[in-house]
Order: sequence, then structure tokens, then C-alpha cells
Amino acid sequence: MEKKEYLDLYRKMYLIRRFEESCGENYSKGFIRGFLHLYIGEEAIAVGSITPLREDDFIVTHYRDHGHAIARGLETGPLMAELFGKKTGVSGGKGGSMHLFDAGKNFMGGHAIVGAQIPLAAGFALASQYQNKDSITVVYFGDGATNQGTFHETMNLASVWKLPILFFLENNFYGMGTSVERIRNNGKSFGNLAENYSIPSTIVDGMDVLAVKEVTEESIKKVRSGSGPAFIEATTFRFQGHSMADPAKYRAEKELEEWKKKDPLINFNNYLIKEGIAADIDIEKISKSVDDELEEAVKFATESPEPDLNDINNDIYA
Amino acid sequence: MSEITVRQAIQKGLMEALDSDPNVFIMGEDIGAYGGAYAITSGFLEKYGPERIKDTPISEAAFIGAGIGSAAAGLKPVVELMSISFSLVGFDQIVNMAANIRYMSGGQVNVPMVIRAPTGAGMQLGATHSQSFETWLCEVPGLKVVAPSNPSDALGLIRSSIKDPNPVIYAESAGLYGLKGEVNDKYYEVEIGKADIKIVGEDITLVSYGHGMPMLAKVSEELKSRGVSSEVIDLRSLSPMDYKTVNESVQKTGRALLLDTARKTGGVMAELAASVQESSGDYLDGPLLRVGSEDVPWPYNRKLEQHAMSSVPKILKQIEIGYSL
Repeated sequence: MEKKEYLDLYRKMYLIRRFEESCGENYSKGFIRGFLHLYIGEEAIAVGSITPLREDDFIVTHYRDHGHAIARGLETGPLMAELFGKKTGVSGGKGGSMHLFDAGKNFMGGHAIVGAQIPLAAGFALASQYQNKDSITVVYFGDGATNQGTFHETMNLASVWKLPILFFLENNFYGMGTSVERIRNNGKSFGNLAENYSIPSTIVDGMDVLAVKEVTEESIKKVRSGSGPAFIEATTFRFQGHSMADPAKYRAEKELEEWKKKDPLINFNNYLIKEGIAADIDIEKISKSVDDELEEAVKFATESPEPDLNDINNDIYA
Repeated sequence: MSEITVRQAIQKGLMEALDSDPNVFIMGEDIGAYGGAYAITSGFLEKYGPERIKDTPISEAAFIGAGIGSAAAGLKPVVELMSISFSLVGFDQIVNMAANIRYMSGGQVNVPMVIRAPTGAGMQLGATHSQSFETWLCEVPGLKVVAPSNPSDALGLIRSSIKDPNPVIYAESAGLYGLKGEVNDKYYEVEIGKADIKIVGEDITLVSYGHGMPMLAKVSEELKSRGVSSEVIDLRSLSPMDYKTVNESVQKTGRALLLDTARKTGGVMAELAASVQESSGDYLDGPLLRVGSEDVPWPYNRKLEQHAMSSVPKILKQIEIGYSL
């Protein structure tokens, strides 16, 4: 990998981190309302797994979707505008934080019913297969979704039909406030669920962007070859509560401390310096450019108009 | 003109779509090798192959959702449910995905998809298989809901439903599959959202859809023998609903009876009644009448089931009470 590619991974992760921090600030100021779920701590997953995708591949994700959107290259201005409920937002101000879309980039949402996006994603994969295209679909979901029927139904369907879909589990060990131990009685790994449906599974350290990228590249290759679905479980941790309304009292402070030692951004930064891939000046340049970009994004969101009231009846029917 | 059954009309429309558009495919439970629970897709697998006639696992949420995703990616799925009662298992996909996705994406994602499902009581299938959830789906913006009552509309509506760029619920009255009727041999479509005045009349407006229509035909005959001229309207499309045609008729006749074959509470006729009251209340010569099935879980026993259903005697009785006709 070239230096540029390493720095690109770092910049995307840093952009997500700072974007999320900015969201938190603007939520506190009242510019962002509704439910807001931050991706802080999980950045390596979106960046490591979306970077290797092709433009014609489809991405379908859950409500903690800012990171995936940014990793896919959605611009931070329209993203922030969406959270501000503005007409210039990626979903015209009608979706909000949990329903980000950019059909032009095959970024097919942001879905807020736990596990509901999984069957939908199978449909995009089915379309690729039906049209003899070698594009694939990646669907993200959390540990909480693994007890939904849609997860199991879709894994079975995808396996039987050999659909080109990559099931991507972001295991952050808590479904809202409920720990994985309390909803699964056979340990913490989920790969066996996929294996039950004859879907090959891999587990990866979701705090390590290079590791995520590597296993995803392998799985993408497999899925694109037409051999059927694959499953990746990335272990991670959200550094904030489930949403802005959640002080996360159900987690021990120590658990968070331990995970923070694995901060994907700091560790990757250290790695780049230690390996001599990047110098401090490179990191500083990225910090500066990201800060400038976000300043612009917030400015764009702030200054953008709200949707017209008669927009209320638009976009219901084609 | 040819005389065919409702079943044959649906088959004809589906085959036309499969023949003319390679992006059209059908999926559902036992639609292929088995030929469909109501034999709508009988022989399709042999003709079109397993890629386009897809038997699914019994996983309504998964295959409805997959239909939605494939539609959003440019295909034209026709998803068959064995019963509209089974839509409940995939309701989240129908409502939160198919109906909402266009709006919440700011108009970026379309779902050109048809969900076909048999509906209605009268075949002693008990509480879980006799319901009429097209009524629930009418409440959801983003969906269209149609319900043909005869072969001609069945063909015209399946054509327009498959052509429509939105998710369309095509509710098939299970009791009407064998009903015969004339169908124009020349290509035509039935516009979604347009009611049909089946009989022009002067004294009372009778409105229903699906398997309410054969009842209204009998009611109209009986009224005629009493010297009463009735205007009979088939809604055909429940969402959007053709309020205009119904209101114009009521303003002419000054009387109306609205017939639901679904349970009375929350039926589509409740909504239509509100519209008639708002728009034509001043024209009414008496109470606005409504008949619907009893608000009970559907019983298995034939006598009980028939007793629960809307019926010609019940309708006539209401008209006698309401208008002394």
C-alpha cells in the first residue's frame, strides 16, 4: 500500500471522529434533534470495509450510519445539513440521522428498525445476480440484530440462492443497554450462526483498520466470485452511549477504559509514525484539513434553507 | 371479447409482463414447482424457468424485503403472498421499507413492486386465513392498494400495477378466482385510483369493492324489482380512493350504502363515509348507511362464518331501516 492510501484511511477515520464530535456539540446546541447515535470508537470498521468496495457495490446499513456514509464518500456538508433537517441534506431533510441515503453512490440507507435492513440488502444482491453483474452488497448490523428473525431468514435465503452479499456484524457488545452475555448463552462469537447456514465466517479486531480492510478484501473477493455470501464479525466498542440520551450507566467504567486503550484512531496514528509511514506533519495537515472541512460543513448546514412546507407531499409516490 | 375467469385474467397479465420485460420476475411460497396455492402461476416455472419464477423459503419478511431491495435496484418483482394474513409476518418490510423508503430518502429510492395476495372470508379457513388487511394497508402513504372484482378489472389492474413505479398491493378476493366475465381482447389498462360505475341509477348509491360487488349486483336487482333505481360503484382502487366519483353519485341520488366485506371497524368504508359526510352531507336524504362484517375473529363453522359476513339480506335490511326502500 502506498503512503497516500494509509493517509487516506487515517483521514477518513479522523473525519468521522471529528464529524461525530461536531454532531454531539450541535445536538447540545439544539441544532440537531431526534435520536442521534454516534460512531465514535467504531471508525475502523466503516473505513476498513468500505474503502475496498467498488462504486457499483451496494451498501445498506443501520441507524448508526454517519461513519458508513462518510467512508463511502458522501460529503460532510449535505450530511450535516441532513442532521440539521435542511433541504440541502442528503435525504432532503426528510430522513434525519438514522435515514441517510445517496442512491448515486449506491448508499442505500440508514435503516432504523433493528435488522430490517438485512432482507432489503438481499434484494440488492439479488438484483446483481439476476442481471449477471458482479457487483456485491455489504450489509451492516449490530449484535442486537442477530436475534431478529430477519437476520436468520435472510442468511438462509442468501445461502440457498448464493446471493453476492457480505453480512457485516459490528459487535460492540451492547444492544442499546443490553450486553451480549445477556442475549447469547454460548460465548461472544457470532460466526457459528453464519456457519449454521453454510456461510463462511471470519472474526476480526474491529479496532484495527488494516486488519478490517484485509479480511474484508478477502471476503469481497470470495463473494464477487459468485460462491455465495460471506460473514464478518468485527469486535468493537462505542465510546459514547447508545444515543445522546444515554449516559451508559449499564457499562463499567473500567470496560470503557480498557477499550479506549484500543482507540482505532490513536493506535493507527501511532502505527503510522512508528512504522515511518507518516510524519507528524502529515497528521497535522490532515487534522487541519478535516477541521476546515467540518467548519465548512457546519456553516453549510447552518446557512441552508429548511424544506418548503409544500415539500411535505413530495416524494411519497414516484 | 373473450370470456375468462379472474384467475385466467391475472395469469394473462402476469405472462404478458414476463414476456415483455426481462426485469419482471415472480417470487413467493410454492409458486413454482407447486404452481401456487391458488394455481395462479401454474405452468409458469416450466415456461419461464427458476430464475424468474422463484420459489422462496417460508420467510415472508426476507422475501418481501428482498423484493423491495431488488425493485430499488431496478428490477420489477411481483411478490405473491399465500394469504394477505401472512403480510403480517412481513408488515415491517411493507410499511417501513416499501412505503417509507422513497420519502425518507428524499425521493431517491423507488420501489416499483407488486405484492399480490388473496384476501377475504367465506371459505371456512378460520381466524388466521380469512382476514382482509388491504384495509390496514390503505392507511399507509407510499403504498397503492387495488382490489379487482371481475376478470376485466383483474387484467386491467394487474397491467397498471406492474407498470406503476410504486409499491402496489394487489388484493385478490379468494372467493372470486373462478368468477367468469368478458374481457376485451384489445389491450387496455385500468387506471389506479379510478372507480367504476357499474350500473347507472337515480335513487341510491351502492359502493363496494372485491367480493362485495357480486352482493351489490343482487341487491341492485332486488331494489329494481321494488321499483328502486340504484347506482352501483366498484371502487377497484382503495388507495388512492376515487372520492370524487362516489361523491358525485351521492349528490345525485341523495342516498348511499357503503359495503365492506372486511370487518366493519376501521374498514375502508369508514373513511369513505367520512368523505361523503364532509362533501355530500347536505345532499343526503337520510342517514349514510354502512354494512361490514361482524367485529369478531373469523369463525371456522360455516353457519357462524356466514353469519359474520356481510350479506345481501343484511344490506337490504339496512336500506329498509335507513330509507324505507
